[in-house]
Amino acid sequence: MRRVCVIGAGMTKFVRRAKETGKELSFEAARMALDSCGMEFKDVQCVAQGTAPDAFDGMHMKAEYLSDGSGAYGKPYSRSYVGGGTGVFTGCHGWWHVASGMFDTCLVIGEEKMSSCFPHPQGAFVTIFDNFTERQLGPNLVWIFALEMNRYMTTHKIKKEDIALVSVKNHGNALDHPSAQLGMKITVEDVLNSEVLAYPVQRLDISPTSDGAAALIFCTEEVARKYTDNPVFVDGVGWHLDTSYWTDRDLYYPKYVEKAAKMAYKMAKIDNPRKQIDFAEPYDPFDYKELHHMEGLQLCGKGEAPILTRDGVTQRDGALPTCPSGGALGVGNPIAATGVMKLCELFWQLRGEAGKRQIKNNPQTGVAQAWGDLMQVGTVVVMRSGGARP
Amino acid sequence: MSRVAIVGVGQTALKPFSPEVSYKELMFEAAVKAYEDAGVQPRKDVESFIGVSEDFWEGTSIFDEYLPDQLGGALRPVCTIGNEGLAGIANAAMQIMTGQIGVAAVESHSKFSEVDRPLKVMQMAFDPILNRPLDFNPHLVAGLEMARFLEVSGLPRNDCAKVVVKNRKCAIGNPLAAYPAKVSSELVLKSEETFAPLRELEMSAAADAATVVVLASEEKAGKLSDNPVWIDGMGWANDTPTLESRDWARARYAEWSVKQASKMAGYSAKKVDLYEIDDTYAYKEIQHAAALGICRPADYSKYIRGGNPPINPSGGSLGCGHTLDATGLFRLGEAVEQLRGLAGRRQVKGAKRALVQSWRGVPTTAGAVMLLSSNDAALAPAGKGAVQ
Repeated sequence: MRRVCVIGAGMTKFVRRAKETGKELSFEAARMALDSCGMEFKDVQCVAQGTAPDAFDGMHMKAEYLSDGSGAYGKPYSRSYVGGGTGVFTGCHGWWHVASGMFDTCLVIGEEKMSSCFPHPQGAFVTIFDNFTERQLGPNLVWIFALEMNRYMTTHKIKKEDIALVSVKNHGNALDHPSAQLGMKITVEDVLNSEVLAYPVQRLDISPTSDGAAALIFCTEEVARKYTDNPVFVDGVGWHLDTSYWTDRDLYYPKYVEKAAKMAYKMAKIDNPRKQIDFAEPYDPFDYKELHHMEGLQLCGKGEAPILTRDGVTQRDGALPTCPSGGALGVGNPIAATGVMKLCELFWQLRGEAGKRQIKNNPQTGVAQAWGDLMQVGTVVVMRSGGARP
Repeated sequence: MSRVAIVGVGQTALKPFSPEVSYKELMFEAAVKAYEDAGVQPRKDVESFIGVSEDFWEGTSIFDEYLPDQLGGALRPVCTIGNEGLAGIANAAMQIMTGQIGVAAVESHSKFSEVDRPLKVMQMAFDPILNRPLDFNPHLVAGLEMARFLEVSGLPRNDCAKVVVKNRKCAIGNPLAAYPAKVSSELVLKSEETFAPLRELEMSAAADAATVVVLASEEKAGKLSDNPVWIDGMGWANDTPTLESRDWARARYAEWSVKQASKMAGYSAKKVDLYEIDDTYAYKEIQHAAALGICRPADYSKYIRGGNPPINPSGGSLGCGHTLDATGLFRLGEAVEQLRGLAGRRQVKGAKRALVQSWRGVPTTAGAVMLLSSNDAALAPAGKGAVQ
């Protein structure tokens, strides 16, 4: 199997309401990724597109519409799609284009324009529910994640204060991200005093809705050598999707994330993730999800993530920096673009190019993860810097 | 690069309506048939599941949520590829070629009969700023394209009707087909001119059906199957999505796809024994045949009269029905049956190699090509027509 390299990354600023169309956002991110490594569209052999529900943009076959903006004109192009897990999954999608031997270079791109969905994209989420058994109840995502958050808190006797620390950390980290939508200095009290949406979910527990795009350049080692001395390697990918019947599952633990992580770790020859992974970018559309996902990713035991957070382990200068970018909570959450943004963060951190966000002590291995659907899918990518070997 | 085989196909009959089953039951039927054909246990042997679907056709956002259970894929690697069915096959094949996945299943279906306002759904695929406000019927794009194609190619107008006659007649031999019929060119040309010069009978009608295809690595295929069908070459490409800047006469996505597939296979599209190509509209079969290098539009009529490798022996979309993004998978399944020698009344004698081509329909310019060979053909050296 060929080892897949990452040699370029780029992303637009994440904003609440972009003036650019989805095509233009995609183009901007793709252009930045190409510029970052001195490539042109003609140097890219294929395009792997990620973009989540068509209902956001109101575009049927959204990927076809985006294709020219994403540089796919005249090229092999396909869209992969697993709801909220799409972004990181686009990394898996791009990975197999190169690892298979079919292509030497691949543009990996995630785009989302949620603001087209008026007045609020939450309205589009009603249509994700089962059309016989659930949709008539008019549910939305905040409600069902409130159920999950409650179950997680109850099972492990977790205090809301400990969960709020994630929101404080990620909004704070985002202050150092030039593309962030919601970098801000807040306190635990601010989170606890914010508007209750569906208890225990409060306003500052949730990531914003956003428009944006992010892109990466994947290639073989041979191609990478032509463009850089410092490539980053995609050494593991994994994805798992659980049953549609989410009401039949115990929501306290994301088994599908564990399975996805183990698939990626096996590929990357990681047998002790707690020791071998230097930092993580788990998906954090809600603050409790970061904790939930750290446990799924085997970075700590069940129920231990809030303790690590309280002890400062997950701070940027801690032993396991988690969401050093600012995550979905701080940088913003244009669904498919968020996951690719997390892959970009792995790339920049492993290259030592993360600027004010740079983790100290030369991190060698990072993991990014996304999650979505009906609390159902886990997608995982492990990257290593050029210095580290499996 | 390791080879990838097709080891199982499951197909439900194409029907204009299917109120007796839900989409999940339709998928389940196809999946069971495919796993039985391949001799695999989905919970144990299948390592990756790909669903090819689009949210608006399903009436459900994030449709991959509803894929796993009826495919046997719960808590397993499952994903959606939003493209034509053959692009789903290409992605599954690439997964296998990495060496990380041994057996993969690809599913796609159409439940078109349950789509409330299909034309409205199709309209949502148009550029929201430049095209959609014009509020035109999406099939109008096909009418315009046909007019341009006729003008540039010099194709006699009546040849398009011959495609309908041929494909609906071929479908009589296909037990899965929804629209087999004996029709005459006169009848086709007398049908309503819906989007001039396009006539009603020159547009394929939609059907409900599900297809599941099981793919395996060379190593796994050897253990699973006595008659695997090999994917020798695959190609897929997008032309521009905008109506304003495309070449209305040529199917360039098909030209690019076949170039990529031929290069990979080491033989040209002319070296095959049968073609299953897109005929969503009658003129499209002729346009695609030209793009694939099968015959020039002006020679089409002569080509189908002669003893040449047949185009669409299955009956095509005109004869069998159009199953949205599952169309490519259905036709791939037809080609697999042919190469296994199991196609019954429609069997092409001694078929060793086949070409399957798909298109996503208006207003897209996305298409794919697969070059397949039977197990005995794979032992023979590749054809002489290798593309440089």
